Amino acid sequence: MGFLGQLGQVGHYLPMLLRASLVNLELLWALLLIGFSLGTLVALLQVYGGRLLGTLAYIYEWVFRSVPALVLLFLFYYGPSHFGLDIQSFLAACLALGFRSSAYQSQIFRGAIQAIPTGQMVAARALGMSRPRAILHVILPQAFRLAIPGWSNEFSSVTKDTTLAYAVGLNEIMRYAKIVMDRQYELAMATFIVVALVFLAFTYSGNALLGQLERRFRIPGLQMPGATL
Amino acid sequence: MNALLVVEDLHKRYGREEVLKGVSFELERGETKVIIGPSGTGKSTLLRCINRLTEPDRGRVWLDGVEVTSPKTNINRIRAQIGFVFQDFNLFTHLTALENVRLGPMRVLGMKKAEATRLAMEELARVGLADKAEAYPAQLSGGQQQRVSIARALAMNPKLILFDEPTSALDPELIGEVLTVMTKLAQEGMTMIVVTHEMGFARSVADEIIFMEKGVIVEQGPPAQLFSSPKHPRTAEFLRKITELYGGEG
Amino acid sequence: MTGFYFAWDFLPKLAQGLLLTVEITAACISLGFVLGLLLALGRVYGPRPISIPCSVYVHFFRGTPLLTQLFMVYFGLPNWGVHLSALTSGILALGLNTAAYQAEYFRGAIQAVKRGQLLAARALGMSRLQAIRHVILPQAFRIVIPSWSNELILMLKYSSIVFSISLLDLMGMGKRIAARHFNYFEVFIVVALFYLVLVFVLSQSLRWLERRVRVPGLGAPGLR
Ligand SMILES: Nc1ncnc2c1ncn2[C@@H]1O[C@H](COP(=O)(O)OP(=O)(O)OP(=O)(O)O)[C@@H](O)[C@H]1O
Ligand SMILES: [Mg+2]
Repeated sequence: MGFLGQLGQVGHYLPMLLRASLVNLELLWALLLIGFSLGTLVALLQVYGGRLLGTLAYIYEWVFRSVPALVLLFLFYYGPSHFGLDIQSFLAACLALGFRSSAYQSQIFRGAIQAIPTGQMVAARALGMSRPRAILHVILPQAFRLAIPGWSNEFSSVTKDTTLAYAVGLNEIMRYAKIVMDRQYELAMATFIVVALVFLAFTYSGNALLGQLERRFRIPGLQMPGATL
Repeated sequence: MNALLVVEDLHKRYGREEVLKGVSFELERGETKVIIGPSGTGKSTLLRCINRLTEPDRGRVWLDGVEVTSPKTNINRIRAQIGFVFQDFNLFTHLTALENVRLGPMRVLGMKKAEATRLAMEELARVGLADKAEAYPAQLSGGQQQRVSIARALAMNPKLILFDEPTSALDPELIGEVLTVMTKLAQEGMTMIVVTHEMGFARSVADEIIFMEKGVIVEQGPPAQLFSSPKHPRTAEFLRKITELYGGEG
Repeated sequence: MTGFYFAWDFLPKLAQGLLLTVEITAACISLGFVLGLLLALGRVYGPRPISIPCSVYVHFFRGTPLLTQLFMVYFGLPNWGVHLSALTSGILALGLNTAAYQAEYFRGAIQAVKRGQLLAARALGMSRLQAIRHVILPQAFRIVIPSWSNELILMLKYSSIVFSISLLDLMGMGKRIAARHFNYFEVFIVVALFYLVLVFVLSQSLRWLERRVRVPGLGAPGLR
């Protein structure tokens, strides 16, 4: 049987694989949410949090960036049971990959915040805005726009990393691909190629969407220093 | 206390350098004071100490009988009453001219959006930029940006506006439009402190000129007197230099 | 904390795993360097029949999960009659993957070298190849160092993926010890510490190296 024939056979498993890929998307959504909110918080602490909180935020970022995703997954999956808590693989994956992403996102947001000229904050304060208000209405709206390109990279990267949850037994697409392979070994290559194509579709549509978002919110004169148009 | 603004014995040092060495003056309602002096003399620092964008080390400031420098004062409430116009405009990059002007009224004064928009349009019209309401700062010339930033200050209905070299970052041909707006404001009775090197403006608009050097007020007086017969040799020296540099009456 | 006392017993094993992690990282990053450089040159200077396949390669390997790529090499290639050992598969998959990323960094760096540099080299009478080799690449390499250092550290962490094809790298060794004694938490805290130290030492050395080879005035616009 030729390779095309094998691809055709994988077609039978396609609905199952696609359904499993929804788990990847759910995980992606959840981890981005955790990563975004925590990442913003960590970046704000790093820039505005003062000595103590700032240092803690930097340590947090450093730890979650330095430990491999797989090790974090294991720690979050097996860690709680060590203390007598049961944790499902989905939740463990959300937390492990979410915290990890928050560290990467905090770096992106911090860079964006620091790229905003100090005059913006001074002008906001001169109007009588409190610091939190100035951050909310003046700094963050600019920082988030500046962060979109960096954030798109992080998005691609974590989209693919959702497959790592395979290691803690999450019923995501790679696990099902492996099941297909275990059933019909001759389909292994074809199956993994299909999985690869599914992810190409994910990363490309995601990046297209983010590109649109960037263009939609682009503002004349607002760009990272050194960025070329 | 009758004066709108009272500044008393302000001191500020950065590390070793004493930038303000006891500055005091008063400002009446409707008065325009122009501060002149060499670079690095502490003029910007003085303005920033008035609304505590920079914390003074010593000395006190009152606005309309309220002590600005008191730790009990809500400084944000005071700043809302003091407009500040920066040398490099500092318009909010992500907001259109209109949004820049109405941000303060909405977020600081708690005005409704519709009302703030109407107010902002009025202020933009006042500086001659009603047609640029939808433009982003990067789409405006320097002179237009500075006028928007004046409108932004005006929209807060301030008791006083502080101008820190509002025309220094502008190309020569754009300076006039900004000075025109400021002159009009002064004539309408706005209370203003203006740090500038524009001697023509100082002479024709100021009620009083303050000459500062090395952190102290060297001499102050009405423009006619200060320009024609300065009491202090340092003042005369400075005026001679500035005339050479900026070509006199501007 | 009897668990951590117990950690002493498996430290030698973990050190053995760490060694494999370092070896795999070194091997795959070198493979990726050579392949990535070729891909970048192909994309920038190659005619369309070369540049297009190079682009497709880069897009494919950057757009799909590393785990999928690893399984394609280890489980998939035998379908096509190619049988590789787990170690070879791991190094190959990681190498093919990082090649795509390194290619992008090299391409960016090559394009960041000012156009006048190539012209000046040609004006001296150098051939195109000579100009690329003696003028463009030496500058591009220096420009690329920060991103390349990041990539190296990233691969060090991602190399842990080879545990899924039963290699006994730091991760795999940790898993094996943990499974045997069923004390995942302690073991993986120690494994995490190993990686923390490893990443720290590596990034500090790279930073030192960066300072050593810095040339005044040479930096990528927007990279720093
Ligand atoms: N944040 C700061 N930290 C340290 N030193 C400062 C700071 N701000 C101002 N200075 C110093 O204080 C001195 C006075 O500065 P200031 O900006 O008030 O002068 P200026 O009279 O406004 O000068 P210019 O005409 O150049 O604007 C300068 O020597 C300056 O270097
Ligand atoms: Mg100044």
